[in-house]
Amino acid sequence: MNVEQVKQWMQLYQTEIEKNKDYLSQLDTDIGDGDHGNNMARGVDAVAAGLAKDNPADLAQTFKSIAMSLISKVGGASGPLYGTAFLEMAKAAKDSESDIPTLLQAAADGVAKRGGAKVGDKTMVDVWTPAAQDAKAGQLNAANIDKLVEATKPLRALKGRASYLGERSIGHLDPGAVSTGMLLKTLLQATAK
Amino acid sequence: MAANTQTGMVLVSHVPEIVAGISKLIRQVAPDINLTTAGGTSDGDIGTDATHILQAIDDNHADELMVFYDLGSAKMNLDLVTDMTDKTLHRYDVAFVEGAYTAAALLQAGDSRAEIEKQLAPLKIK
Repeated sequence: MNVEQVKQWMQLYQTEIEKNKDYLSQLDTDIGDGDHGNNMARGVDAVAAGLAKDNPADLAQTFKSIAMSLISKVGGASGPLYGTAFLEMAKAAKDSESDIPTLLQAAADGVAKRGGAKVGDKTMVDVWTPAAQDAKAGQLNAANIDKLVEATKPLRALKGRASYLGERSIGHLDPGAVSTGMLLKTLLQATAK
Repeated sequence: MAANTQTGMVLVSHVPEIVAGISKLIRQVAPDINLTTAGGTSDGDIGTDATHILQAIDDNHADELMVFYDLGSAKMNLDLVTDMTDKTLHRYDVAFVEGAYTAAALLQAGDSRAEIEKQLAPLKIK
């Protein structure tokens, strides 16, 4: 992965979030506080503005810029979670790492650590952790990502705002898992040869 | 009996009115403690953000801080902020109002953090 691809990735993600803003907020209204679409839209706008301002020269600086924008602008739990994902990728990139599976593994580990959620808790970790494994196995594709996102539907939430709903969280997609699916699918688009 | 002002207190909530309300409650019993708050995001929306929390930490006159918060993302942002500040943060996963009130009353009475933590232990809920 190189700086141009990351910039392309963030542009595609911004478009995707903009397009699905209401959908994400609706998912979050069902089992959360209803602000996920707006929070993410504010975050990706800040990412675009931050990248334009920082004009980062290398991969580590690019990820760092994205992380700081998300941390300071997203507002909900997704801010520190996505922010940590990009901070961890920045750390890995600082050690001259640019291999996508390795970067995704660093991001996934960071998200799991920050939120304290495990696979099966009905959070974005349900997508991050297995997707990083898929990437390592050379099997990260849109269909597999969709499957991971869909798999959150029958789960009962054990972490995050939806966990307060107990049984009532069953039967709904996790909004963070959905926006993570979008992030990973736009990554694939941006880095496709 | 002088208040413990070496140890400060920071309140973090998703909503400005929540920290304002708890501060009001606390100030009744603890007028002299070092107390700062971060309620809502920097933009004034509902939520928490690391930069706003960092501001409350910087504004506090104490270098050692006992931190109380409401819901999940506040905790995550606090963990992030711990890596960003030189001050020492102690985060308590206790009932927000009861925990903050207990700590404030005891800080005002001049108790040490160690003594206060004994009182906070049974209030752990998250």
